[in-house]
Amino acid sequence: MTRVLLTIGLVVSIFCSFACVQKGGTGTTGNTGDTIRIGVYGDTTGATSSFGVSTKNGIQLAFDEINAAGGVNGKKLEMVFEDDQGTPEKAKTVISKLINQDKVVAVLGEVASSNSLAAAPVAQDARIPMISPSSTNPKVTEVGDYISRVCFIDPFQGAVMAKFAANTLKAKTAAILGDNSSDYSKGLTQFFEQEFTKLGGKVITKQSYAQKDQDFKAQLTQMRDQKPDVIYIPGYYGEVAIIARQARELGMDQPLLGGDGWDSPELWKLGGAALKNAYISNHYSADNPAPEIQNFVKNYTAKFGVGPDSLAALAYDAAKVLADAIKRAGGTESVKLKDAINSTKGFAGVTGTITLDASRNAVKPAVALELTPAQSKFTFKETIYPEGMEPPTASTTNTNSSNSTAASNTNSNSNSSK
Amino acid sequence: MDTFVQQLINGLTIGSIYALIALGYTMVYGILRLINFAHGDIYMVGAYAGFMLATAMGFAAEPSAFGFVVTLIGAMIIAAGIGMAIERFAYRPVRKYSKMTTLITAIGMSLLIEYLFIFIFSPTPRSFPQLLPTDSFTLFGNAKISTSQILIFVVSLLLMGILQWIIYKTKIGKAMRAVSFNINSAKLMGINTNFVIAFTFALGSALAAAGGVLTAQYNPKIDPLMGIMTGLKAFVAAVLGGIGNIPGAVLGGLLIGAAETLVVGYGGYVGIPSTYRDAVAFAILILVLLVRPAGLLGSNVQEKV
Repeated sequence: MTRVLLTIGLVVSIFCSFACVQKGGTGTTGNTGDTIRIGVYGDTTGATSSFGVSTKNGIQLAFDEINAAGGVNGKKLEMVFEDDQGTPEKAKTVISKLINQDKVVAVLGEVASSNSLAAAPVAQDARIPMISPSSTNPKVTEVGDYISRVCFIDPFQGAVMAKFAANTLKAKTAAILGDNSSDYSKGLTQFFEQEFTKLGGKVITKQSYAQKDQDFKAQLTQMRDQKPDVIYIPGYYGEVAIIARQARELGMDQPLLGGDGWDSPELWKLGGAALKNAYISNHYSADNPAPEIQNFVKNYTAKFGVGPDSLAALAYDAAKVLADAIKRAGGTESVKLKDAINSTKGFAGVTGTITLDASRNAVKPAVALELTPAQSKFTFKETIYPEGMEPPTASTTNTNSSNSTAASNTNSNSNSSK
Repeated sequence: MDTFVQQLINGLTIGSIYALIALGYTMVYGILRLINFAHGDIYMVGAYAGFMLATAMGFAAEPSAFGFVVTLIGAMIIAAGIGMAIERFAYRPVRKYSKMTTLITAIGMSLLIEYLFIFIFSPTPRSFPQLLPTDSFTLFGNAKISTSQILIFVVSLLLMGILQWIIYKTKIGKAMRAVSFNINSAKLMGINTNFVIAFTFALGSALAAAGGVLTAQYNPKIDPLMGIMTGLKAFVAAVLGGIGNIPGAVLGGLLIGAAETLVVGYGGYVGIPSTYRDAVAFAILILVLLVRPAGLLGSNVQEKV
């Protein structure tokens, strides 16, 4: 008898709690009083945790600056953060929680394209705008009109490195070692190969690995026999550093090329001296002497104790773009907000001037950086512009100092999309 | 030819690590008929213990053979202690219940260790310091072997030799064999079975920790979940060799290591993509269970009912 009573009690209480959630859910759209709730999700505890931490920090810095200046339309911005542990399944779960339970008005995230791709349909269905700071796979914004990004996309990023390899490094042959478990890596592999072939080069061998693999010598040994001029490794920092180490151990001293996925303070600790003679494409260079960039670097370093990587810079820009859109939309009503975001034009961010094109992607130049493991830093090499975009004159971009380490990678140097 | 030799060296390097871990699985199974699923995590605990030691004692700053030996032995002692503690506080209290209870306890223990380490050390991968100067030597042609690989071969061979000596030449080894033969008879003969079981856990954990430190020299990225996949593959190695059989565990480890490397190296020619390396280990497990459930060197023992 007690059991029956207990069961009934339980059932009733479950219904009650549902009803309560329902009640709480209706009416509000994330604006409780004078705050605007913005959802942020990222990986702070998984294999790419430095991405999530940088992203969160970048957004926090932007929100703090905006709130200190009086907020947006008189309201303060509040970040609601959820950790997705770097897996697409979790990304989908946490974005649902942010939208349905926390009632956020917009979402910022993710870094890794696979995670953004898993989460984007949820935001699209709920008609909640989502801005990815740094997912570069083209498919991300193809999900729908509520999804946008403030970084360039992989067809451009892959082509940038192919151009760099063919024109600057004079490479004739290349090998590609890609991460088969990431959309980011698969995209870059494809676009690098296309452009490199177009420029007269030849991709002589393609190998792949899966995230969290511990040993890459088998793939590298296979590659060594073919003697490629350069090796393109479009992966994430954790694996890339080990690959570099094992390649050098096998006596392969070719230049190693990569993308913005290498950008992490952890890279230097894991890879060490093996990272000599390596180049990446990225969204911005912290060396850039432009005052707005140096200001950002200074404030970020003061607040978090480490220098900002490109993910922090993109996250900062994404947060500012969102705040700007809320201001222009005059509120957080989702259709208006989406339209305001999608019509972002000429927004001056630290990663360059952000203008969203018809597919809601930012069109920006990229920078090629050389790795200097002795000082644990990326050294600026050159800026590569998308086709049709002319290199701006010195007055419109940041000043290009003749100093080789700090050259012109201002507004036009933001190309990290993971 | 040199490519094949190179791939073999690569494969046997990982294989040696699998073998070290598989020994722990197989010894515990031999004595308790328990698959200790927390064993892969002890490998991770060993790597972290080595990391803490090397950092605390300042070996990271200047590579030396002395620093490496102290780190290796220190990590093995710490892991042995943790292994015994797990046995004492998690497995011994439930040993009198069904085998399933202990098995589930082991799975719980595994998750506990993983997430405890995430809690303590954060999930961010750490970089294990280089304790010995790195170099690589050319065997012939293009085939190269690095110091960390030589280290893995030499140290694992040495440890396996010591293990063989303990089991066949010492009194405690004799007791271990007796307990594994029949725990109740051993008890009646006056053998302190609880001590023998604790000793077995200590031995297995120390070997896994050695594997952890050696791997960290080869691949310096350590994280709290690094033991999951490696542990599973070592388990497959133990089953392949015949679980409960010590030479079998070593053979199984080397075979799995070589198999997965050769799949990456040559699978492309027969249409197996290189990312199927993990699948290979488990395909082998399924095959073994279908064709020869006792494993390569295992004997078919009739279960007493």
